[in-house]
Amino acid sequence: MILKVIFYLFSAILVFAAVRVITAKNPVHAALNLVLAFFSSAVIWMLLHAEFLAITLILVYVGAVMILFLFVVMMLDINMAVLREGFNRYLPFGVLIGALILLEMVLVVGSKFFKTTAPVAENISNTLMLGRALYNDYIYAFEIAAVILLVAMVAAISLTIRPPRQTKYQHPSEQVKVKREDRVRLLKLPAEKSE
Amino acid sequence: MWLTLASFAGFLLFLVISAITVAFHLKLTLLAAFVVTVACLLLMVAYLTYAERKIIGYMQIRIGPNRVGPKGWLQPIADAVKLMFKEIIIPSGANRFLFILAPVLAMGPALAAWAVVPFDDGWVFADVNAGILYILALTSMGVYGIIIAGWASNSKYAFLGAMRSAAQIVSYEIAMGFALVGVLVAAGSLNLSDIVKAQSSGYGFLSWYWLPLFPLFAVYFISGLAETNRAPFDVAEGESEIVAGFHVEYSGMLFAVFFLAEYLNMILVSALTTIMFLGGWLSPFHGTFLDAYFAWVPGVLWMFLKVAFLLFFFLWFRATFPRYRYDQIMRLGWKVFVPITLVWLFVTAIFVLVHFPPWFAKGV
Repeated sequence: MILKVIFYLFSAILVFAAVRVITAKNPVHAALNLVLAFFSSAVIWMLLHAEFLAITLILVYVGAVMILFLFVVMMLDINMAVLREGFNRYLPFGVLIGALILLEMVLVVGSKFFKTTAPVAENISNTLMLGRALYNDYIYAFEIAAVILLVAMVAAISLTIRPPRQTKYQHPSEQVKVKREDRVRLLKLPAEKSE
Repeated sequence: MWLTLASFAGFLLFLVISAITVAFHLKLTLLAAFVVTVACLLLMVAYLTYAERKIIGYMQIRIGPNRVGPKGWLQPIADAVKLMFKEIIIPSGANRFLFILAPVLAMGPALAAWAVVPFDDGWVFADVNAGILYILALTSMGVYGIIIAGWASNSKYAFLGAMRSAAQIVSYEIAMGFALVGVLVAAGSLNLSDIVKAQSSGYGFLSWYWLPLFPLFAVYFISGLAETNRAPFDVAEGESEIVAGFHVEYSGMLFAVFFLAEYLNMILVSALTTIMFLGGWLSPFHGTFLDAYFAWVPGVLWMFLKVAFLLFFFLWFRATFPRYRYDQIMRLGWKVFVPITLVWLFVTAIFVLVHFPPWFAKGV
């Protein structure tokens, strides 16, 4: 009973936040609503006893990805009027994509992939089972996913890297290594004599 | 208006807590323990500010606060009362809702993280298996308060502070996370109580993880210093550069909540360092001949002493080091700490594989 109340409460929050993400006028509000949506879905995962996935969702998406999103959105000077100009032109395309996503979800949800099976064993934790599945059964797929991520990272860095700066740099290691002889030259100047 | 709002919120909170207590058949003693813990934490924060002013005062050959009450002991109470009765000013261009939400978002995670912290054997609110993950998730949430405060204030100094803080916290979280991965490889568990128990191999304080995992210990503590925006990593507030950073526009109780969150986070980082590397509630003479003489000391006292020891370092660092320059902070985080943790993660894995005595003799 109480679990149902929690489920419907957080589902309602999730739907509300998701709607606000696309209807909010201010992009910062939209990003913050996305954070709320992630949080509510994490709670729903927690109700499914998927505590590892739920906490990882918060750790990765709320704790890292959305902070960078907010970071970028806050720095941008977005004029919403300009963004809304092409709304009617893009509407048919958007509806088409939405319908496609709906069709895909209808095909997947309720098919054989989503039949819930009984828990394997009560005394083995979720995290352990997930680790075994990732590192034993699907090790090659997992490694390939990791390599793809690495390639994406290298690509992103090489796209945005700039040529070496022209400004003067400090090299702390060289600063520390400096000896007195490198910087100060003591001259022996004989005192002038008045003859 | 504020008073009615506050009493209404308090009443609502009371209703929610009572509903949770009844719905989950919680014991009333648990509720009492909850209230006592929060009260103790807030008292610790109050006297941490007093200790900070006194210790830094003596380090700078001053006396520090000594007027209110005997030897100035009532100074934090006077400060709290002063902050409570100050006017809350909301800047004209500010986003009102987010401006008030920001301190709450800073304070919430700082308090919620204590749910999984074991104060003694079995003295923990939620003995969850994914304890470290929970801690990492919640500490990474704290930055939202700072970012939102900086943005909602509609002030350039606040915004600069928020940007600096966001980049700094995201960078140092990686080193912090890797250091914790080292601990979990060594202990073989994500549960904080199990991590403490794994450090009792019978050689007193030498059997704690600070010795075999020393680089991770140093990296974790320094990253914790950076995560809490304390000197020498306090570029987010840097008084001499950007006035007070993200909380320039805050006054009265809203400022006090930020202040509370910062000090709570300091205590939290010290408590976590104690649990991961300094044996939590274990006695430093555990398993040695001195153990019998100190058997009367409760574990929670050892825990408190270790936390106080680490908090002293926080204050000592603040009195000693000049502020880091921003690019130096980034260099330290990415080019020094991340490689150190990666190398020591590898070394720890080898230690565990060869059952390196005495710490890993039992295996995982």
